[in-house]
Amino acid sequence: MEIGLEHYLILSGVLFALGAAGVVLRRSALVILMSIELMLNAVNLTLIAASRYHGTLAGHSMAILVMAVAAAEAAVGLAIIISVFRSRKTINVNRLALLRG
Amino acid sequence: MTEAVLFWILAVLAVIGGIGVIASRRAMYSAMSLVWTLFCLASLYVLLRAHLLAALQVLVYAGAIMMLFVFVVMLLSMTDEEKGKARASGYGIAGSLAAGTILVGVAFAVAGQPSPEGPLAVGTVRAVALELYTEHVLAFQVTAVLLLAAIIGATVVAIRRI
Repeated sequence: MEIGLEHYLILSGVLFALGAAGVVLRRSALVILMSIELMLNAVNLTLIAASRYHGTLAGHSMAILVMAVAAAEAAVGLAIIISVFRSRKTINVNRLALLRG
Repeated sequence: MTEAVLFWILAVLAVIGGIGVIASRRAMYSAMSLVWTLFCLASLYVLLRAHLLAALQVLVYAGAIMMLFVFVVMLLSMTDEEKGKARASGYGIAGSLAAGTILVGVAFAVAGQPSPEGPLAVGTVRAVALELYTEHVLAFQVTAVLLLAAIIGATVVAIRRI
């Protein structure tokens, strides 16, 4: 059986759905950030698969930029988590519902 | 044929890793499952002839970003309620609904579409660099500014009171 673009799109959709479910389901801010990374990777897979089957390299450069954005997001997100943990002693998002200092 | 077998094996392994990310009780197990998924995706990139992206995936994602995550997981001592069950059942229904909607949407969009067949583009360093530094040079430079902002932001947020 020949593997086509649709197979990669379905796989990427499954990974993206898993990431979205993790963002909604989990309470730890750290695991929520990891789920977001999973979703970004699903998008990268879509870009590269589309690139492969359309015979262009535009998706590859786009995927590199997505990786850079993911690195920036992880750095700032983890800094915020550490800062919140220092002041509130928890990273349970249910207990971080108040934005007051 | 070999490609199809490899695709199915790697796809199943990647999905198992993804389930591990959201189902593990400990944050460290989640991080390790994510590393597993990232390696599976890197292998899929090789199948897609994206050799540079496969190397970058292992170096940047599994090497740099996940190392950050693992350090933070070990720095923070999490309470039991954060390790344990998922949120209240309402969230469970909402999460399953969201995931199901995304899946059904993707399936509908993909179903019945013929797979396009372009010329084979191999993502070597030279080819990707030519594309990145000519067609997308503006986005590249904007990303450089974003990284600078991220460095300054992360330092300012994480630093103790000056």
